[in-house]
Amino acid sequence: MKTLVVTSPVPVSPTQSQATTRDAKRAATRATSEPRLLQWFLIALAVGTMGLILVVPLFVVFSEAFSKGLELYKASIVNAEAMSAIKLTLLVAFVAVPINTVFGVAAAWAITRFQFKGKGALITLIDLPFAVSPVISGLIFVLMFGRRGIFGPFLQAHDWKIIFALPGIILATLFVTFPFVARQLIAFMESQGAEEEEAAVTLGANGFQTFWRITLPNIKWALLTGIILCNARAMGEFGAVSVVSGHVRGQTNTIPLQVEILYNEYQYTASFAVASLLTFLGLITLGIKTALEWKTARQLKEGQT
Amino acid sequence: MQISVRGVSKNFGAFRALDNVSLDIPQGQLVALLGPSGSGKTTLLRIIAGLEAPDEGRIFYGDQDVTNCSTRDRGIGFVFQHYALFGHMTIFDNIAFGLRVRKWKNEQIRPRVLELLRLIQLEGMEKRFPSQLSGGQRQRVALARALAAQPQVMLLDEPFGALDAKVRADLRRWIRSLHDEIHMTSVFVTHDQEEAFEVADFVVVMNRGKIEQMGTPDEVFARPASAFVTDFLGRVNVFHGRVQNGKAQIGELEVSVEAEHGSVEGDTFTAYIRPHEVEIDREPHGPESMQAAVSRVNRTGSTVKVALFAQDGQLPIDVELPHEREATLNLRAGDIVWVYPRQVRVFAAPTASVESSS
Repeated sequence: MKTLVVTSPVPVSPTQSQATTRDAKRAATRATSEPRLLQWFLIALAVGTMGLILVVPLFVVFSEAFSKGLELYKASIVNAEAMSAIKLTLLVAFVAVPINTVFGVAAAWAITRFQFKGKGALITLIDLPFAVSPVISGLIFVLMFGRRGIFGPFLQAHDWKIIFALPGIILATLFVTFPFVARQLIAFMESQGAEEEEAAVTLGANGFQTFWRITLPNIKWALLTGIILCNARAMGEFGAVSVVSGHVRGQTNTIPLQVEILYNEYQYTASFAVASLLTFLGLITLGIKTALEWKTARQLKEGQT
Repeated sequence: MQISVRGVSKNFGAFRALDNVSLDIPQGQLVALLGPSGSGKTTLLRIIAGLEAPDEGRIFYGDQDVTNCSTRDRGIGFVFQHYALFGHMTIFDNIAFGLRVRKWKNEQIRPRVLELLRLIQLEGMEKRFPSQLSGGQRQRVALARALAAQPQVMLLDEPFGALDAKVRADLRRWIRSLHDEIHMTSVFVTHDQEEAFEVADFVVVMNRGKIEQMGTPDEVFARPASAFVTDFLGRVNVFHGRVQNGKAQIGELEVSVEAEHGSVEGDTFTAYIRPHEVEIDREPHGPESMQAAVSRVNRTGSTVKVALFAQDGQLPIDVELPHEREATLNLRAGDIVWVYPRQVRVFAAPTASVESSS
């Protein structure tokens, strides 16, 4: 049998070496973090607050929705009024999201790749819908296209209806969801830089080829994140749409408006059932968004190495 | 193809990046634009490429005025400092990109890309992605991509800037031999004088948006045209003073100031003495030598570096001696010796450079 003897060149007594490690540990704790008790307190505060205002309501929505059983839940959703609201919401998102996607890409491209006068103004303008209350946004369209609005007489003369009809709802949604794609892309494209696009141009690519083969593949995850967020807001918008819709049952009610009407009529279960649809959509959005953000972060990191 | 730059100026807001620059780059030459950051060298390169538009002036390729011609139609190859490879494409697709957008046929593209992969010694790597390559390999791919469509002009923006020293030296040698093979008019930007001298046929030294001097590496190194160029081209002893009786006084040394350098009586001057152009001796050497004390001798490296102080420690001087010469002197710290410069360059000093280098 062989025994392995490890000798250190400088003999160090065990107590001495232990003391050094402990000192080092204590020093590290002191330098980088707060006392244990404060740590626990802060964590508990954060988790408690989140639970109270985020998790509990989420749970309540689903428990209320299913409180009277699966049958009533199904009946609450599969009826003419609710189905009309779902269809309208999908239609509005189907129109508004692509328009804002095209706009967002164009705006981000212009802002991050060119120098022009009024660039600062354009950036501020893109943020306008975030700054203005959605109710005001809706009111703007009523003041413009309503019966007594600026274009009211003209619209009436041609028998075109915008306010209290589909075009008004789409316009208000467009306005409110306007910044999502643009903001997402501006931040991403700024950090990425224009070198790859410049390289494509020196290699003989035209504007379209550069966009299609270089820019789009590069921004796709950030773009998808923007689209997902834009879509969530388009489907969930209440304030602006409420002002321009006119609440015509089975015609101009979107899902959020339908939820409110049902709730005001004391149909709690039905109201929560419809609301659970939107909540479910929100959870899916959140999941996809997290996955996409993880992808874009990884892409940026790879680009830098 | 010859490139001519005629009276080009460019401003970025209040910053004047290029100030009325004119330059001829002869056909088939490898030219270095050398200067510190902010000297306008990269802006000039980007204007030649068409990636920036000049505020004033014109760019000619041969006889053709290309000032308003888009980058796409200039037929250039451009290499970026950080490679700018397309991360979502394989190495093959990266190199083939320029050929595809120029509508080459697939049966022509494949042999051309494989030929280039051989040239950059990355055969068999065509299916990899840029993130799987090292820095040096990525820069070679960027070069192959730029060369693919047989450009008439090659433009390189700090092509070795992001690489470590060893890879840098290899790539430098490789680019030089590549240029000797294909003789394409090439311009590269660098802030490293050693790199410019080693690789280029012709060096253009730039400072503050202007050309300070141009010439072959030998010309520029032997006869720097200005205080800036002398200062920029590597280690040098700098002395300041005032011209008196037509002479510049450096410690106990008196150096006559020639009129062509623009110095007049009473003006401040800056004198430059390169470390390897100073002799050290145990004996005085006439009126052009002065006494100095050795403070440190460093014998590592290809020459012996001696730090001395003249004038009771007031005037530091760095000297480089060949090992053989130092062996006969056998210097030690504390020795009192005599130093005499073989060459002194004196320039009337603009106030700014006195401030910045003192």
